[in-house]
Amino acid sequence: MTIAVSLTGITKRFDDVVAVDDVSIDIADGEFFSLLGPSGCGKTTLLRMIAGLEFPTAGTIEIHGEVQGLRPPDKRPVNTVFQSYALFPHMSVTENIGFGLRMKKVSESEIKARVDEVIGLVQLTGMERRRPEQMSGGQQQRVALARALVNKPEVLLLDEPLGALDLKLRQAMQFELKELQQRVGITFVYVTHDQEEALTMSDRIAVMSSGKLLQVAAPEEMYERPANRFVASFIGETNFLRGEVAAPGRVRIEGGIEVGAHTESAPGTAVMLALRPEKMFLAPADADRSAFGPDDTLVDGEVLRKLYMGDHLFYEIRLVGGAVVKVWEQNAPRVLKHDPGAKVIVDWRSEAVTALED
Amino acid sequence: MADLADTTAIAHHERDALVESSRTGFLVASPAYIYLIVFFAIPFLIVIVYSFASRSPTGATRLENWNFDSYIKLFDTVVVQVVSRSVWIALVTTVICLVLAYPFAYYLATRDRRIRNVLLVLVMIPFWSNFLVRTYAWRFILSNEGPVGTAVEWMGFQLNVLFTPTAVIIGLVYGFLPFMILPLYAAIERLDWRLVEAARDLYADGWTAFRNVTLPLTKSDIIAGSLLVFVPSLGAYVTDTILGGAKTEVLGTFIVRQFQAARNWPFGSALSVVLMAVMLAAVLIRTRTGAREV
Amino acid sequence: MTIGLRPKSPLERLLGTNAWLVFFFFYAPIFTLVFFSFNDSNRVGIWGGLSTRWYREMFDNEQVWSAVTNSLLVALISTIVSTVIGTAVAIALDRYRFRGDRTLDGLLYLPIIIPDVTMAVMLLIFFARAFEIIGTIGPRFQLGLTSIILSHIAFNISFVAVVVRARLGQLDPRLEEAARDLYANGWQAFRRVTLPLIMPGVLGGALLALTISLDDVVVTAFVSGPGSTTLPVYVFGLVKRGVSPLINAISTVMLLASITLVLGSLAFQRGTGDSS
Repeated sequence: MTIAVSLTGITKRFDDVVAVDDVSIDIADGEFFSLLGPSGCGKTTLLRMIAGLEFPTAGTIEIHGEVQGLRPPDKRPVNTVFQSYALFPHMSVTENIGFGLRMKKVSESEIKARVDEVIGLVQLTGMERRRPEQMSGGQQQRVALARALVNKPEVLLLDEPLGALDLKLRQAMQFELKELQQRVGITFVYVTHDQEEALTMSDRIAVMSSGKLLQVAAPEEMYERPANRFVASFIGETNFLRGEVAAPGRVRIEGGIEVGAHTESAPGTAVMLALRPEKMFLAPADADRSAFGPDDTLVDGEVLRKLYMGDHLFYEIRLVGGAVVKVWEQNAPRVLKHDPGAKVIVDWRSEAVTALED
Repeated sequence: MADLADTTAIAHHERDALVESSRTGFLVASPAYIYLIVFFAIPFLIVIVYSFASRSPTGATRLENWNFDSYIKLFDTVVVQVVSRSVWIALVTTVICLVLAYPFAYYLATRDRRIRNVLLVLVMIPFWSNFLVRTYAWRFILSNEGPVGTAVEWMGFQLNVLFTPTAVIIGLVYGFLPFMILPLYAAIERLDWRLVEAARDLYADGWTAFRNVTLPLTKSDIIAGSLLVFVPSLGAYVTDTILGGAKTEVLGTFIVRQFQAARNWPFGSALSVVLMAVMLAAVLIRTRTGAREV
Repeated sequence: MTIGLRPKSPLERLLGTNAWLVFFFFYAPIFTLVFFSFNDSNRVGIWGGLSTRWYREMFDNEQVWSAVTNSLLVALISTIVSTVIGTAVAIALDRYRFRGDRTLDGLLYLPIIIPDVTMAVMLLIFFARAFEIIGTIGPRFQLGLTSIILSHIAFNISFVAVVVRARLGQLDPRLEEAARDLYANGWQAFRRVTLPLIMPGVLGGALLALTISLDDVVVTAFVSGPGSTTLPVYVFGLVKRGVSPLINAISTVMLLASITLVLGSLAFQRGTGDSS
């Protein structure tokens, strides 16, 4: 497997602010790789360093094995789709798209051919002579995409390209982008703060916070086995239960209750259990406990709140021992509903729990 | 500044890039820099130097016997009279302009977009017209031989407005009113009306909302506009020469006289220095109140 | 936004009346001036019928023509030079940081607010002195068109710079980055993206410089010499002596020129889809 982009020990300091702190990532050829994190976490700065719009204070960037060093952006085999599209307002769609090729002194006939081809690819046929101000947000976004793709870069960098679009359009574009990437086969490095977007589109995700790289994994692994508390709470919803390892595979939480958990830490270690709401089930307090298996953890609790969310019901449950957890139950006929004040049994499988070092 | 203990080539490059870009910047800016130093800063300094020079009996300037005579002369009764008259005229002009311009700008800024543009053009036209021509228009109107003067005379009165401070003030207001209108218009247009609406929602009536929301928010632009009218009015020369007379000598005409009839360049320079000081004070006030770029 | 005022409320009516009075204040003197330039009579205040004789007299007047030529020459040269220098300094201050940029910023601001009397005095003394010094070692310079042009450039650089900087401020910095990302080097990015986009600002600045140069009286009067009169200075001389229909005629033509410039530049701006 070829490595398209290799980042080693990248650090970026602005005066006394550390925007990116010792980040190392290898991005494979043809991969859809996302940089995910809240605003200010350094993901955009990292992207700009790959593009050559900024230079790292320390570390190396290699693209297909070639160290980029101090090369300016016009000498790098990468192109960027900017968050605000940055379309040239004084040029038409074709002129915008053909700009890079023109700079590389490609022949006019070839420029025309390639521009027409990519216009068809992003479904903008008929818009060739329009100016950016005459187009909708979604259309502008596609021009920005076409303008970058037409140059057949080795890596395509996208900086939150869907941020300015409304929800339905954004979801449609997510599918289109993913499909486009698979068809064209170019490596995409995609920056976003929207974890759903990252989960949907990526082959692998890198989560960043305050300049540090927290975890790199495929979407499923990142969701099921978050590496730390930040990732667990940033992606999806999580319940956190503080506890202490009692024995291999068993953790004691608040109230002296012992639960099964996925852990190899030594007894006595303080841990934080991460448990997702959709992996928990509710049963009435008088249900037959022998019906549950050995892998199930059963904890008694009381319903504090119930919210009707349409496709699911959101419950807030106070466990015996004091901890309060969120539970999601599917809104389906065979699933029992419980009212506030009801006494219930909260049930989950040990494999659903991740123990994180505290 | 980036941590200079970093010895990687990249850090050096960044520092070099920073230096190189500052060198480029300096080069691109240098024609302007040099030009302004030669033809503005140096003349500025020369005037200050001249204010300490002495004057020969025939009126030539002697760059020796440096003294403070010119500055002492500033306290002569004549000078004090001229200066206070100038300040008074400039103040009255500024106040009248403010009183006329604010409601006008408010009206303009609250019109429909299309009417607004047309009205703006109508304001711009006098603004861009030659100042001299506009001042002459009033000379023409206020003149006793002109149409208005002749008509008034026919009715048995005398139009004796010309060559009085009133005429000068009229001329100055006429000339500088657009300078007050434009910043105020920009400020009111920029105003977030939701703030006024919020005030109304909280039981303030129209006038109270204006006094507590609109007025404070446009305060810095009021100051900007006022400075744009006051400072040039203080140095008014053309207006005073055309509309004023021997009895209404203002600072501007007084200074010019030192360089022509009176032949007292050091004294004229000292007066100019005073005017320059006022101008610099105005700049400081403006930067202190944080007004936006004109 | 047309909010806040109930239609036809007494306040609204008051404001409207004030506005129309101000417009009347602006235009009545001008219209009177223009009207009486067609007065067929030697007595300024008494109407003697329509005539264009004063315009004919103006066209036949050599001094007027010489003044007009001088004005145009000075305006053209000083506008071109100050636009180039002013645009350059605006770009330099907008995107580079260098030693003394704060000072330059302040220095640029001074010519805008300085009263013209002060500027006139400054430059008069400067040229008088400079020519004296140069005269001892080389050619004898005199106050004339050269000193006028040099003076006009001195204050116009600032005006051009202000307008261009405003335009630069509105420019999205990402646009130049996008050009670099698309294989344009620094100079190409500037030439193909930045420059076309600030061009309306540059032209606006040039127009402002042109108008100010054509308008200038005091500074020009001080630093000009015999034979180098510009139109405003010539008219100023006439006005000092009194009122006359000839002046009305010249004024009307000057007004016409200003209006044409304003409307022309507006039409141009509308054409490039810009807002001032």
